Amino acid sequence: MIVKQEGPVIKQRYVSKQREDDPGWKEEEPPYYFLFTTYLSYLILICFGHLRDFFGKRFLSKNYKHLKEQNGYAPLNSDFDNFYVRRLKLRINDCFNRPVTGVPGRKITLLERETKDYCKTFQLTGTTRDCLNLSSYNYLGFAQSQGPCADAVEQTIRKYGISTCSPRAEIGTSNLHLQVESLVAKFVGKPAAMVISMGYATNSTTIPALVSKGCLIISDEFNHSSIVFGSRLSGAFIRVFKHNNMTDLEALLKECISQGQPRTHRPWKKILLVVEGLYSMEGSICNLPKIIELKRKYKFYLYVDEAHSIGALGPRGRGVCDYYDIDPNEVDIMMGTLTKSFGAAGGYIAASKDIIDHLRLTNHATIYAESMTPIVIQQIYTSMSIIMGEDGTNEGQERLERLAFNARYLSTNLRRLGFIVYGDRDSPIIPLLLFNPAKIPAFSRECLKRNLAVVVVAYPATPMISSRARFCISAAHTKEDIDEILKICNEIGEILQLKLSSNKIRYTIEEVLRDGERNL
Amino acid sequence: MESAYPSLNELFVYLNTTITQVSIYYSHIPGSGILLKYIKNSHQNDPFRTALELLLVFFAIIYLFTNKYRTDNKLIELTPREVEELVEEWQPEPLVPQITDDDERELETIPVINGPQGPKVKLINGKSLLNLSSFDFLGLVSNEAIKEKAIETLRKYGVGSCGPPGFYGTFDVHAEFERKVSEFLGTEDTILYSQGFSTINSAIPSFCKRGDIIVADNGCNFSIQKGLQISRSIIKWYNHNDMEDLERVLRKIKDEDTGRRLTRRFIVSEGLFENFGDITPLPKLIELKKKFKYRLILDESLSFGIIGNRGAGLTDYFNVNPKDVDMIVGSMCHALCSSGGFCSGSFEITEHQRISGPAYCYSASLPAMLTVSATESINILKQNPGLPSLIKFNTSLFKQLLANVKYLTLNSSKDSPVIHLRIDNEVVRVGDIQDKERCLQDIVDEVMNNGILLTRAKYVRFQELFDIEPSIRICISASFTKKEIEKAASIIKNAATKVLKNRAY
Repeated sequence: MIVKQEGPVIKQRYVSKQREDDPGWKEEEPPYYFLFTTYLSYLILICFGHLRDFFGKRFLSKNYKHLKEQNGYAPLNSDFDNFYVRRLKLRINDCFNRPVTGVPGRKITLLERETKDYCKTFQLTGTTRDCLNLSSYNYLGFAQSQGPCADAVEQTIRKYGISTCSPRAEIGTSNLHLQVESLVAKFVGKPAAMVISMGYATNSTTIPALVSKGCLIISDEFNHSSIVFGSRLSGAFIRVFKHNNMTDLEALLKECISQGQPRTHRPWKKILLVVEGLYSMEGSICNLPKIIELKRKYKFYLYVDEAHSIGALGPRGRGVCDYYDIDPNEVDIMMGTLTKSFGAAGGYIAASKDIIDHLRLTNHATIYAESMTPIVIQQIYTSMSIIMGEDGTNEGQERLERLAFNARYLSTNLRRLGFIVYGDRDSPIIPLLLFNPAKIPAFSRECLKRNLAVVVVAYPATPMISSRARFCISAAHTKEDIDEILKICNEIGEILQLKLSSNKIRYTIEEVLRDGERNL
Repeated sequence: MESAYPSLNELFVYLNTTITQVSIYYSHIPGSGILLKYIKNSHQNDPFRTALELLLVFFAIIYLFTNKYRTDNKLIELTPREVEELVEEWQPEPLVPQITDDDERELETIPVINGPQGPKVKLINGKSLLNLSSFDFLGLVSNEAIKEKAIETLRKYGVGSCGPPGFYGTFDVHAEFERKVSEFLGTEDTILYSQGFSTINSAIPSFCKRGDIIVADNGCNFSIQKGLQISRSIIKWYNHNDMEDLERVLRKIKDEDTGRRLTRRFIVSEGLFENFGDITPLPKLIELKKKFKYRLILDESLSFGIIGNRGAGLTDYFNVNPKDVDMIVGSMCHALCSSGGFCSGSFEITEHQRISGPAYCYSASLPAMLTVSATESINILKQNPGLPSLIKFNTSLFKQLLANVKYLTLNSSKDSPVIHLRIDNEVVRVGDIQDKERCLQDIVDEVMNNGILLTRAKYVRFQELFDIEPSIRICISASFTKKEIEKAASIIKNAATKVLKNRAY
């Protein structure tokens, strides 16, 4: 087995840092014609779906058995809820859950599959396809099976075994946990930290330990599912503000504080504002300076989910605070995942010692869930040490700057080619807008043909109109890789008519490849 | 009555002339012809059609004039100045409460293990202890074959999966594990989650929605409670492991809902209860579920790999058809010595979760190494069919030795290796829960001085739905020798006597 993960040696570097002259994130609208055809396409899809249902239920009723009452049991899926999956998603099922093998690094190995029943089931063909990987959250390129991280992990397995077999609060705490927690605290710049064995559970078990009935959670509309899950479990009242819209947030804060709790109008016990550092579908960076300003005035507590931003933003990779050069102590609770930039799994919470002590006693995952396994801890420890430069090399800094360059280079040049791209310029998540539903599978399949693995996202993960392809850039990509991506996108963009930006200054692909590095 | 006719006639004539007058005036209004034509067309000698149209117009008008629907329609009007003042005035509570002395002690008593987990562990203070608290029932945590397999996987896949299953996070090793579990259990298909705790609290809400009915055992673990809470279904509880009470609850629901729309119904129970150490009477549960047409969700997180001749859990133990249980939820962080969880059942059950299980769709998939180690554990379990009976043997030995323990009660089923030691209230004078916890912690500390590692069962008490008696949870592993078990039992007995003697009646 030859492992393909050649560490690129390139000169192109950039520092991820807020710039005054950056246009910031803006959601550009496509020409009206495309808006209209998008809605029309969905209308046709829905009508056609109903038509198929109408005839199917009459003539092929055995295919619909699972949606009907059977033998006194109500159906598991309601007919209505299942419509979208059955009639829309099923058509493009080949673009999701693609099975893979090997390291999800710069390249990813797809197990090829075929379908004989229009995407209902798939059979592996036994062949594989090596694709350039634009899909994995491998920002700093630590998804590796060789190198210092893997070597350290191997040693840990030999010494510590695989598992801890108990929750943290019982007997699942080892010296490794304490070591990695103090490193995480040092990395993010907080007095204390704790690690949890699953990223999703980090949010869903911590929020209920912080707020309860009589408290208010103010949440960004695009917050991740785990935040929504945790907020709902907490029993606190939830209000939502428009994505990254500070005017809307301030108006909401004024209303909530002055009106107090609904019906009783008693003052809120506490208000927790939950935002993400970098939004995984939009590529937008939260407006932290403004939020801190509001925090001083409105006295809410701030919870920043740095699932995607930790390791991926900021000159030293310390996340969104680092990016804006803000003191981390301005943020009450910093949460992040260790799955992404660190190539491991799980999540962390960093805060003051009081808060962490309280969480150690009340966080569901600490009390009931399995503690983080030694192998995962070792991966985090080694990769984080490398980023911090504690291994005595410059490699961490190099990875950070390569990622920053790759992100900026790709997003700027996609815009120059005329694509509508959302998000901030420095974001390693780059959403390229597709709009029409038929272009979702088309883009994914065309990319796959050209050995490019991309993620396409549509409703309900995004608003109906703005289906998109989402590129996740990595420090493992070389400039040649990005040039290849630009070429492929340019080609597909012509075929699928995706260059819809109203921006008049357009570059041709030749110009981009020649001058792309200028004026980033 | 006859005299009424002439006056009626007059009325008609009067009406007729008025209508003619109005229609003449009306025809002078520009555009009126079109409207009249439209009304005539739509009327088509069918008053019903006109009535319907009128009704529509009526609703449109009502809709236009009613306020937009708002949840917070009872806002108090405030001037901007007042708002400023209120904002100025408002003082939030501290984000977390002050840590109490009890909390402090609680944090201090959590043992920190220096080095690997196993039947014998070393604490950070240098003490070497026999570990009676680990969920490593099969003694696989330090198995060399599994370690080698994990290293092999590391060299092929790296550590992290770097993506959710939907977006290139479905690895071939995941599919392999899912196939293996289905085969082992005898179910159609399995879906893999990346944390044991988050498995059932994600699996429940992916099926149970508002209006559905869930009947659950009131001894269920915290994860199930949270899953039920988030599902927003109607939840009825039956007394812990009491099948008569379950039947009563089911019958009551049946009697109450005559003529209601048929909604999904579920019975939720644990196989081997985490908080009690006892086993649910599965055959009776299946009989009742069939009788009342419920689906059964069984949390086998603890029992999978341990209970039954092959170690395949409760269906194996009671020798019932695994397909009679609609969802078997298991965990890989206990007997399989890895991490993660799974849900096994029919294709319909798993496929639905692949689209709508929140912790499946929105979380990175389990690292390949942990998946492979779990697969390897199942392989070992299959190759060593004696392991589950070894646990059984050790358990019964331990229970025999502790049978006449003073001041404590043993809470566990016959074949369950999970034992809860609780303070015997009839023999010992103890106060509230806090006091009991303190007593038990004293026993744990005392035992630790003599070379045994125990732990109290920990809870987030203020969020648990039902009060649970404090306890020490003991797990018996297949890897213990007879000598070790004898030693442990005698040390525990002595410690209990030493700590609780003074409080005896």
